[in-house]
Amino acid sequence: MKKSKIFAVIGGIGVAVLSVFLISADHIDAPAIQGTTADITDFYAFQGENNGNFVFAANVQGLLAPGQPTTQAIFDETVLIEINIDNDNDLKEDLVIQAIKRGDSMYFIGPTGPATPGMDPLESTIATSTKRSVKISTKDDVQIAEKDGMKFFAGPREDPFFFDFNQYNAILAGTASSFNNPGADTFAGTNVLSIVVEVPKSMIPGGVAGVNQFAPNTPIYNVWVEAKRKI
Amino acid sequence: MKTLKYITLFAAISTSLLFVQCKDDDDNVIFQETCTDGIMNGEETGVDCGGPECAPCGQVIDFSGTYKQEDQMGRPGINTVFGTTGFKDAFNVTVPTAMQAAFQTKFQDRLLALNAGYTTNALGLDAATFTTVLSNDVLWLGKTGITTYFNGTEILTGRALSDDVIDVSLLLIFGGPDGSENPDLTSDGVPTNDVTFSSSFPYLAGPF
Repeated sequence: MKKSKIFAVIGGIGVAVLSVFLISADHIDAPAIQGTTADITDFYAFQGENNGNFVFAANVQGLLAPGQPTTQAIFDETVLIEINIDNDNDLKEDLVIQAIKRGDSMYFIGPTGPATPGMDPLESTIATSTKRSVKISTKDDVQIAEKDGMKFFAGPREDPFFFDFNQYNAILAGTASSFNNPGADTFAGTNVLSIVVEVPKSMIPGGVAGVNQFAPNTPIYNVWVEAKRKI
Repeated sequence: MKTLKYITLFAAISTSLLFVQCKDDDDNVIFQETCTDGIMNGEETGVDCGGPECAPCGQVIDFSGTYKQEDQMGRPGINTVFGTTGFKDAFNVTVPTAMQAAFQTKFQDRLLALNAGYTTNALGLDAATFTTVLSNDVLWLGKTGITTYFNGTEILTGRALSDDVIDVSLLLIFGGPDGSENPDLTSDGVPTNDVTFSSSFPYLAGPF
């Protein structure tokens, strides 16, 4: 029942028919979100080429086959992508970086304090602070914007995730007892829509040592990404 | 130095392609004039408006409204691996402060269902401690030093594109205290991406 429903969704939106029905790392991770324009597939946070910067990358709308499924995939103007940064280890965001599409561009707001309109912590408004933007890239027209020490990109990219997910599912289903070596990357040859932002570390104060027992002296931020739809 | 070289190189390329490279007092580097670069350029009649390419001047972009959470992600694969039928959707609409109370015991049940012989893992974490860490689904990011999920030395200080997060997860779930248990299940045999990443922004490779 569940399987056939998901296959119908995959067929319906015209992406590649893959012999998987639950996709990791976060690709179509739960029934309500899978295959929608708010489906986060992956989130990365790392030090940039310039080690004074952080890079945040959030991918949505996974499993895009090359060609038309990729060229026709578009960011949704009703979906806000919000990168959350907790700098004092209370698991509440102290800073957010928001990204939302308007027209031919992706607008970025922040890092700035979170804009929560009411008591519901799941709800946000778009912060009123400075907006910076980049024209959304296509496969052949790659646009990068730089402003105030930040860099911005939005557009289709190769899915950086790699995993023999078919074999994992076979193991869970009891039809296989081990992984193969070498395995087969289930995500090879597929694309995602990416939002990448590079931020000077100086724009992100705080961080707390002692959070990560394996790096006890390193100040740590808690970071995560949320996809929010206009209500 | 490197940035300067990059900009110089880019300027040379841009000039040769007859692109317009603008550099204003605020050090804004614009790779190509657009209707969103914050500068009046090209055939615009105002800042980012007018002319044949951009929207008419005086039009205000609407950023109003309230947006409600539908999906979330911190560490890779958490909901996929530890979420089970009946609470995957709920997990995606739970804020981190509420996750541990709502999901830690469910995650622990799932861990022991995946690996009934679980005692501790290579990080020395028993089932309750390990699932407590994971149920707070946020990614730790080190302010200084190498940022990686695991690179053989550094542990959980970020997530780089090339990190084999699946093997790390499999090892911690199935590998036992020294990583030697269940050797058939501790690596998926896919150690790298199918495409090489760039060392420069935007780091992810171009699409197929």
